[in-house]
Amino acid sequence: MDYQTPLAKAKGLGSAKAGTGHFWMQRITAITLIPLSLWMVSYTQQLLGASHQDMILWLSGPLDTTLAIAWIVAAFYHAALGLQVVIEDYVHTEWMKISSIWLMKLTFLFFAIAAIVAIFRISMIG
Amino acid sequence: MVEFALPKNSKLQKGKEFPIPKNAKNLKRIEVYRWDPDTEENPRIDVFHIDLNDCGPKVLDAVLKIKNEIDTTLAFRRSCREGVCGSCAMNVNGKNTLVCTKAISDYKGTIKIFPLPHMDVVKDLVADMTNFFAQYASIKPWIETQTPAPADSERLQSIDERKKLDGLYECVLCACCSTSCPSYWWNSDKYLGPAVLLQASRWLEDSRDENAGERLDELEDPYKLYRCHTIMSCTDTCPKGLNPAKAIADIKRLMAIRQEG
Repeated sequence: MDYQTPLAKAKGLGSAKAGTGHFWMQRITAITLIPLSLWMVSYTQQLLGASHQDMILWLSGPLDTTLAIAWIVAAFYHAALGLQVVIEDYVHTEWMKISSIWLMKLTFLFFAIAAIVAIFRISMIG
Repeated sequence: MVEFALPKNSKLQKGKEFPIPKNAKNLKRIEVYRWDPDTEENPRIDVFHIDLNDCGPKVLDAVLKIKNEIDTTLAFRRSCREGVCGSCAMNVNGKNTLVCTKAISDYKGTIKIFPLPHMDVVKDLVADMTNFFAQYASIKPWIETQTPAPADSERLQSIDERKKLDGLYECVLCACCSTSCPSYWWNSDKYLGPAVLLQASRWLEDSRDENAGERLDELEDPYKLYRCHTIMSCTDTCPKGLNPAKAIADIKRLMAIRQEG
C-alpha cells in the first residue's frame, strides 16, 4: 500500500537527458559495419586455406591493418550498444541491471583491446 | 527479470458454458475472459452462444447482448459505440481493437475476447488504465506558450501547419497500440508507450506551441522514448488507422537534429 499519486509514479525520477547518443551511435556503427563487414568477409574468404605467411602479409598492409582494427572497434561497439538494450529491456532489478551492463561493456572492451593487440603483434612482429 | 510465464493466480481455467439459445439459426460461439476480484478464483473463460440473426453487426453488439440477455455480471467499458471515445478497447482473437467498430463478420469461427494485454485487470474485460492516463498527463498534453494570444483573434495556423496534426489529433487514447507493444509490456513503468508518444508528437508538431525544447528534454531518456524498438505492433493494431511508429520516429528525428544538426 502506498499513497504516491499515479502521476508521481509515471514521472519517476524524470528524464535522464540521455539516449539520443546511444540511439545515434547504434545506427552509425550499423551503417559503418556494412562496408567493413563486406570487406572482412571477402578477405577472409580469400584467405581460407592460405599459408601462415600469406595471412601475416595480408594483415601487415597498412590499409588492411587499419580496416581490420576499424571493423573490430565498430563490431564490438555496436554489439555492446545492442546488448545494453537487451539487458535494459529484460532485467528489472536495478543492481543486477547496472552491474550486468557494466560487466558486459568491460568484457567487450577487454576483448576488443585483445583483438587490436593481436593485430598489432601479427602485423609488426609476425 | 521480466516474467514470461503467468503467475499461478492468473492461469486461465475453464469457465461456464451457457446453453445454446432455442430456435437459433445463425449461431456464433463467443469465448470471454472473466475474472472477479471479489472471489479467490483464477480467471476463467466463459463460453456464450448468440444468434446473429437477433444481434447487431458489431462485436460490441454481441458483448452487449451477452450482458443484457445472458449474464448481467459481465463487466466492460463502452460509451460512444462509434469509435470516438476509445472506451471499448479489447483484445479480440489476439488483436487489440475497438469492438464498437469491428464487425462480427470479420471473424470466422469462435470469437475470443480478452481484456487489453499485460494490464492489471479490474474485472472481466476492464483493464486498469491508471498508469496509462498518468503517463498521458506527464507529457503535458496542452498548449504551452509565453507569447500572449492576439487580443482580437485566436492563435492562428496556416493550412500547412494544421496539416501536420493530421494523423495525430485523431487518436482517441484507447491504448490498443500501447498494450500491443512488447516493449510496453516489459517496461510500462518507465516507457511511455506509442499512444502517449503519439500525443507528445502531436504537441511537438503544433505550430502554436512554444515549448518544443522542454518537451524534447523531458522525452530524452533511454526508457521514456528509446524503449521503442520499431516493432510496429502499434501501427498494425491501431483501430483508427494511425501510425504511432511514425510519430515516435519523428520524435527521434527531432532529437537527432537537435543533437547532430
